Amino acid sequence: MEQLLSILIGILVAAAVYLMLARNLLRFLFGLILLSNAANLTIFVAGRLTPGAPPLVPSGLDAPAGVVANALPQALVLTAIVIGFGLFAFALILAFRAYQSLGTLNTDEMRVAEPKEPHQ
Amino acid sequence: MSWYLTLPLVIPFAAAIVAYLLRSSPLGAWVSIIGSGLGLLASIALMVVVLDAGVVAGQMGNWPAPFGITLVADLLSAVMVLITAITGFAVAIYALGDITARQAKLGYHALFQILLAGVTGAFLTGDLFNLYVWFEVMLIASFGLLILNGGKEQIDGGVKYVALNLISTILFLTGIGLLYGMTGTLNFADLALKVNEVENQGLLTVVAMMFMVAFGVKAAVFPLFFWLPAAYHTPSFSVSAIFAGLLTKVGVYALIRMFTLVFDHDIGFTHTVLLWVACFTMVIGVLGAAAQSDFRKILSFHIISQIGYMILGLALMTPLALVGAVFYLVHHIIVKANLFLIAGIAKRLTGGTEVYQIGGLYKSAPFLAILFLIPAFSLAGFPPLSGFWAKYIIVKATLDIEMWFVAFIALAVGLMTIYSMTKIWAEAFWKNHPDGIKPELKNLEHKWAQLIPVAGLAALTIFIGLNPEPFVQFAERTTAQLLDPTAYITTVLGDVR
Repeated sequence: MEQLLSILIGILVAAAVYLMLARNLLRFLFGLILLSNAANLTIFVAGRLTPGAPPLVPSGLDAPAGVVANALPQALVLTAIVIGFGLFAFALILAFRAYQSLGTLNTDEMRVAEPKEPHQ
Repeated sequence: MSWYLTLPLVIPFAAAIVAYLLRSSPLGAWVSIIGSGLGLLASIALMVVVLDAGVVAGQMGNWPAPFGITLVADLLSAVMVLITAITGFAVAIYALGDITARQAKLGYHALFQILLAGVTGAFLTGDLFNLYVWFEVMLIASFGLLILNGGKEQIDGGVKYVALNLISTILFLTGIGLLYGMTGTLNFADLALKVNEVENQGLLTVVAMMFMVAFGVKAAVFPLFFWLPAAYHTPSFSVSAIFAGLLTKVGVYALIRMFTLVFDHDIGFTHTVLLWVACFTMVIGVLGAAAQSDFRKILSFHIISQIGYMILGLALMTPLALVGAVFYLVHHIIVKANLFLIAGIAKRLTGGTEVYQIGGLYKSAPFLAILFLIPAFSLAGFPPLSGFWAKYIIVKATLDIEMWFVAFIALAVGLMTIYSMTKIWAEAFWKNHPDGIKPELKNLEHKWAQLIPVAGLAALTIFIGLNPEPFVQFAERTTAQLLDPTAYITTVLGDVR
């Protein structure tokens, strides 16, 4: 299971890098979403996988009996997903505004804030 | 729970809520000022406690140390929190004369307070994942502040800033995942102990490099700095000033924290990389500044070049070099924020920030000229200002271990800094205004709201410069804590050894 997920993470990162090398801002952001999901999966796998054993404490005991799944990475991933969602919502709106006010999503042409080239 | 650890965090959040509710009224700005003022008092209280106790820790929700979230303040954290509060207070006052009613209505003051909370949280946390969360708080607030005006330039700068910072964030998150997989803990103090038990130390170095890149983007070191000069000259001057003072320094702080406390297993490799990074950052930053002609762009490139000195202090890892890095950090925040505030006044008096198109400030506004000279000379390292001592300690540290070439670079970059400052001085202050405008301070709206913070920060620079002894002693105590983290670890975890 770990190997499978590791390969999946690799594929996600490769696809993300490919997308992020594009000049189109929207493609770049899609790449970023894939990369952030790869990061979330990394945390999940790094916390070791224990399938089929929810971390529940049986009534009357202070600690779970036997081996259970590690709950911490799941909490971390959950937090990271929520934060990532917020950031991407912002980034997508920003891309939309950039398209509205700059008239392009090509990052090579986004030079409004840069000094003028001497030969232009 | 310790009130002195949580108050510097609670106050800005409370101020943010109140300021948001009052965003349409002129009272919002005053809420921000009062909030920052109270935050300043709280951080002074924290400083007093830490000076006495050395390290203080608080477990949030009373979960014992490696399991819950810990807030820790050692001397480095405490001084960073204090300097954040000082800068925040100064900029909050300055905002009275800088922030328009429209920007206030869009929530400037609330975002500003959240930014301060995020920065303070990053300095106070003792937990790696919590550090990530504070980074995000800081980041989302800074996104909002950056594009608040919504003009073409802000959007353009904002896109680059957002894109590159998000990459750094994801890299940081991946690093956290891998480090947790290897050590099973996220608490800084616990990590410091557990990294020694990791079998594959080579893999640990790989993860250390991921953190170095992630924090390097935040700190704007070579070759990861490109987002900074693309964005810092576009927003309001208050926003530029607080960004310039604080945001990159959070990255530097995180580097110092991680590479003294946790990743000190392979100093020969990691800190050599840092040394090269530091040298290139200093040189490229100062050369970049020489090529610019916009007031804020010149200053932006100087942030990068000065970051190099702090990283150099960390890279050398000798006690004296770290003293220099800590001293530099404190000095730089004050001076840099101040220069951006002055750029704002200059813009309002002369109508522009392009130095070739403005001028005449020295003749008709000599007081502002003096206020500019103090942080400018301090940045370049003129005695007896604070920058002289900061540079002196760093250069002395390189000479002590006979790194002649590095010392030469540090000194040469200092010289080049004077060149850019001279350019600003000669063009914006000395020559007459090309359009014949006579910029006079008495025409400035909200004159005192803008001049008092600038003068206050300048006075602080002079005070540190004339009276460096207690500050150096403080930096020495801080360095002793960084190099021997026993007190830090036992305060957080209890007596584990």
